[in-house]
Amino acid sequence: MIEIKELFKNFGRNQVLNGVSLNIEKGETIVILGRSGCGKSVLLKHIIGLMRPDSGQIFIDEEEVTSYSNDKLYDLRKRFGMLFQGSALFDSMTVEENVGLGLTEHTHLGREKIKEIVKEKLRLVGMSGVENLRPAELSGGMKKRVGLARAIAMNPEFVLYDEPTTGLDPIMADVINELIIRLRDTLSITSIAVTHDIVSAYKIADRIAMLYEGKIIFAGTPEETKNTTDPVVKQFIEGSSEGPIPTLE
Amino acid sequence: MPRNENPLRVIGGKTTLFFEMAGEFAILIKNILLGLPVSIKKFHLTVEQMLFMGVNSLPLIMITSIFTGGVASVQAAYMFSDYVPMRYLGTAVGKSVILELGPVLTALVVAGRVGAAIAAELGTMKVTEQIDALETLALDPVKYLVAPRFISGLIMLPVLTIFSDFIAILGGLLVSTLFLNVSSFTFLNGLKLFFRMSDVWAGLLKAFVFGGIIALVGCYMGFRTEGGAEGVGRSTTRAVVMASVMILITDYILASFLFGS
Repeated sequence: MIEIKELFKNFGRNQVLNGVSLNIEKGETIVILGRSGCGKSVLLKHIIGLMRPDSGQIFIDEEEVTSYSNDKLYDLRKRFGMLFQGSALFDSMTVEENVGLGLTEHTHLGREKIKEIVKEKLRLVGMSGVENLRPAELSGGMKKRVGLARAIAMNPEFVLYDEPTTGLDPIMADVINELIIRLRDTLSITSIAVTHDIVSAYKIADRIAMLYEGKIIFAGTPEETKNTTDPVVKQFIEGSSEGPIPTLE
Repeated sequence: MPRNENPLRVIGGKTTLFFEMAGEFAILIKNILLGLPVSIKKFHLTVEQMLFMGVNSLPLIMITSIFTGGVASVQAAYMFSDYVPMRYLGTAVGKSVILELGPVLTALVVAGRVGAAIAAELGTMKVTEQIDALETLALDPVKYLVAPRFISGLIMLPVLTIFSDFIAILGGLLVSTLFLNVSSFTFLNGLKLFFRMSDVWAGLLKAFVFGGIIALVGCYMGFRTEGGAEGVGRSTTRAVVMASVMILITDYILASFLFGS
């Protein structure tokens, strides 16, 4: 279980996180909605320890991790997987080396065994047979799926998704949605996704939270989200330029 | 970001930036040293960089060196004119190449070729979140990316400088026998006349330090990259400019320590 308590973070004069509090239960898929540039990715990077907050705490399984030393953070990260917005595959390596990197560096498994695991993970995301290609030879959707295979290669407890469907065609976006659901069901992974894609959110989420002006202003099931009376959430899910969220100025 | 044109603010901003960078540099060096055992275990990463920095730079170094030696010869002969006997030509060329031209010009050429490449590669990795990805896989970018480049710089710059010294002196010899009417016998005698092995070591020590500077500045600028392709371009330019300036300043500092009274 992940508990986020009163997280504050600013970059210069720009207050990005303004007291974010959120609980994430084991095994659930939570989607954090928000406009572009509202600090969704920043929140994810705090959870995995890529950024440190100005104040506030994050507890993972009752343990406070915000004050962890770098060495302890590296250990903690082995329990996490992350899918980046642009996939962030290492372009100096083949697909196989990308997916197997964590295993090669952190385990004492033999080359053959790693090859086998990589093959299995690639099959899980529907990308069998691309082991020897380089990231530059893959399309956006293929990269996302290889990135996902890399994120789950070490059998993590938590997977973080940064805009998993952004920039994909609707069909490929749905393929990614299906994969996220499948991973939760087959590997019982706790998933945290940030997105502004409402369709995707309704499909994959057990719970939806909305980040607005540096705070979580709403959290509820997809059903509750659809029927909300909160004007900000309502404007966002309806995708309207008119409402309390300032748009043109 | 609001622009502030108040000159005091600009000076203050630049000053804090300078100290911020100096501090970050120190931290980077500390982290490299702490990660050294891991880097030695993963020496294949360093070998890869040595190949790129050293072997692949060799053709370029050979071309620049042969001309540098030639120029040193021509200019020395011109400065000697009728006052200094030509038997000292080899001495002048040898000393200037071994002490100064070899290490410094090699470093400047490598800063342009390798320093820029490091900044561009790491900068691209930064803006495409590959550095973050490395961290999420619980791999320390300093150990995996910076340390191999740093160690390779320390080793390969002296090696390249040895080649450069040799080829530059050969260039000087060629020019003096072909165009300056100085026989190779006279030239080589002059070369041997005041030759000291300690000069070679001094030159190589410079190269060693320059190699570290090039790699560190390249990595540092790469890591600081922000703002897409434009940012990568900016970092690359900065890496080359900053490395070149630091090479020349350090050159002076080292020279006054090594040869000052």
